[in-house]
Amino acid sequence: MIASTNLDASEMDAIAARHPHLLKSSAAKWRRTALISAGVVIYMIFSWWFFSIGHVLANANWGIAGTYLADWVSYEVRPEIAIEPDGAMHVSFGRNSPLGDNPDPEWVSLEKEMVTRTVAAPAAAAQKPKSASSFSFMAPNAARGSAEATPQETVAATRTEEVVTHAVVTIGRSTRIEAAEKRVTITHGGDTLTLKVDGSDNVTPEGVLPSWAIQKRPGEKVTLSFGATGWAEVEGDEISIRNRFFGWVNFFFDTNSPFFGKSYGEVLSLISSGERIDPARSNLSLAWDNILYNAEWQHLDVWTKLLQTVVMAFVGTLFASFIAFPLCFLAARNITPSRITNQVVKRFFDFLRSVDMFIWALFFTRAFGPGPLAGMSAIFFTDTGTLGKLYSEALENIDDKQREGVKSVGAAPVAVQRFGVLPQVLPVFASQALYFWESNTRSATIIGAVGAGGIGLKLWEAMRTNSDWENVAYMVLLILIVVFVFDSISNICRSRLMGRKAH
Amino acid sequence: MVTSVQTRHLSANGALIERHWQELNNRRRLYTWLGLAILALTLFGSLWFANHSNAGKFFDRLPHFFDFVGHLMPRDPIEIGRALFDLPSPYDDGSFKYNYPEGRLYLTESLYIPEYVHKMLETVNIAIFSTVIGVFFGFILCFLAARNLMPNPWVRGIVRRLMEILRAFPEVVIAGFFLAILSLGPIPAIAAVSIHTIGALGKLFFEVVENADMKPEEGLRAVGANWIERVWFGMVPQVLPNFTSYFLLRLEINVRASTIIGAVGGGGIGELLRLSIGQGHEAKTLAIVLLLFATILAVDQFSAWLRRRLVGDQAFQLAQ
Repeated sequence: MIASTNLDASEMDAIAARHPHLLKSSAAKWRRTALISAGVVIYMIFSWWFFSIGHVLANANWGIAGTYLADWVSYEVRPEIAIEPDGAMHVSFGRNSPLGDNPDPEWVSLEKEMVTRTVAAPAAAAQKPKSASSFSFMAPNAARGSAEATPQETVAATRTEEVVTHAVVTIGRSTRIEAAEKRVTITHGGDTLTLKVDGSDNVTPEGVLPSWAIQKRPGEKVTLSFGATGWAEVEGDEISIRNRFFGWVNFFFDTNSPFFGKSYGEVLSLISSGERIDPARSNLSLAWDNILYNAEWQHLDVWTKLLQTVVMAFVGTLFASFIAFPLCFLAARNITPSRITNQVVKRFFDFLRSVDMFIWALFFTRAFGPGPLAGMSAIFFTDTGTLGKLYSEALENIDDKQREGVKSVGAAPVAVQRFGVLPQVLPVFASQALYFWESNTRSATIIGAVGAGGIGLKLWEAMRTNSDWENVAYMVLLILIVVFVFDSISNICRSRLMGRKAH
Repeated sequence: MVTSVQTRHLSANGALIERHWQELNNRRRLYTWLGLAILALTLFGSLWFANHSNAGKFFDRLPHFFDFVGHLMPRDPIEIGRALFDLPSPYDDGSFKYNYPEGRLYLTESLYIPEYVHKMLETVNIAIFSTVIGVFFGFILCFLAARNLMPNPWVRGIVRRLMEILRAFPEVVIAGFFLAILSLGPIPAIAAVSIHTIGALGKLFFEVVENADMKPEEGLRAVGANWIERVWFGMVPQVLPNFTSYFLLRLEINVRASTIIGAVGGGGIGELLRLSIGQGHEAKTLAIVLLLFATILAVDQFSAWLRRRLVGDQAFQLAQ
């Protein structure tokens, strides 16, 4: 018997040939599948054209995308070395340097000398047209006079000042930029490049440019890219260096804080046993205050806005379930026998749901002014509709036996609902409300961006400047943490309410 | 009968049970009240905080609440229709408020698509396109995240975490990031909506797969089918109706999402609505709201109908 069930290949083929309809899909099914696939493909091609995706992607500035992404987790320090025609140099770090006003990082080593030199000083000439131009607003004649004076007379002045004669900047482990006597020597990845600069507008490379250096035309600036560690630009009179470091700079204390630049140990010992920096208050409160009002990271503001978002979702969902709860009894066919009431309440729910959360958000932003009240009301209105619909569906699906049991012992209508219906649906109601609470925490972020309060707007503003991506990363991280925490809380509550099969 | 039960003297055991029951009851009542008190406290704290940090205070603004609704009334109800269909207005004074015919999209010499309908179509198309992308990747990922098809916990864990991050990542940030790289247009919105959709649909999909019947898969395993064959012939035919249902649900949600994303810079109807509300163009605002309302209602009804046909009663569960 057993042997007879083992078919050899020819027998199998014979059986297959005898029953082709079992093994081959029907022509109609094939046609339908082919039609759907072709439809999807045609739709994708149409959309590609409709949104001109190819064109937009080709014209996108992908180079800057890498920089923006790198900004999420790193920062740049930008030393600039100005080179005078006589070879004297000055090093500056820009105005908003993350290293504070007087940075002296160890990766920049300078040799300084006092020299007396003759410099072209346009300072005296520059002041005259400036004062004239401020008068020109009132007296048009004065403007003409100043125009004649504008060609700047270069007055040679002799000054004694401290200048840099030799600068070495180390970027990363293997890159070194050395500038001295109008020669810039760059070592990167084993190659060495020497550039001659003339102190005004000409750069001449000596030898062949390695692959990491680009000069578009002879004499023009040379751009050097060192990969993830930064890049530099050598012009005739200036070397601009971008040295990139991993991490979030000044996360706790900004450059104006007395705690700036101190190690954790130093800060701790200052707080615990150091002398008071500000005599009026303890170091601990000063440090805390400095952290909260950190100009760059704005911790307090970010946390407040995040709390607003959480509050918006919480209050909105709670109120929505409070209002949806009594209304859903009116909407359920099996609870309220009146068809008209059912339909009116259900259409009301549909209306609240279909006028989108976004439209409600815009309306309430106009009504209450920007802030969490607007977002809260928007969530409240939309979710009254959504929860009402879900609740009434849950009510329509209940088991009628319990209700009839309570009714049969002569209970009043309210008691029938309380003991016959509520125990069945309350866990479902609570579970749905929890689910929407968690989901609204996410929605609240986005309606915040249209002005309805919360962290959304702050995120949007941080992105608009295109230079605060690290703050965006910080806020995203906080949002992710909050969403995950709420997700877990709501999951735990729901699985306790519903038993194992919570969905 | 009742009185005799009440007055009956209880034995030691009976009294103990009664005491236990009372204690349990009291404790339960205490917890309920405690929970309600905490909830009320949180609620009032939240309300105070929200009111405190809002630009306009609730009770100051409430009397003026309907002023705003009054401002929204156009001087002539037909204006709404004119704004909607780009017909010239008799009140036209050259300002942006009444420039309805501008923005017509001419198909032929005389046949045109009104601006708002065009933008609405664009928004709906963003939603469809990104839902299709989301379904494509969610479909691929869900089989890797399902416990019954992917025994390796590392792959499963990584795919699930990935989907969680895609789901929870704020859409505003994705849109803003692509807006910074690409020029203004619908692509940032597509990117934001589809990335979120991958995560959301992936989760729903793999839950469907985990609840599927494993017998077809076992049969295929017995005849030596490889993983892809098992998934394709054993799993996909079972889950496809549910997947389609979730696709349609997601489409409803994405029409709304792409409207919002449009308002923060992704083009489409959302941006127009934000602008017209901000500038107080009441006829235009109402026209857009009407159009949006009708579209969302139509999409919802259509998708509900199709879902009911595809999967029957399961179609009624709403998920986000």
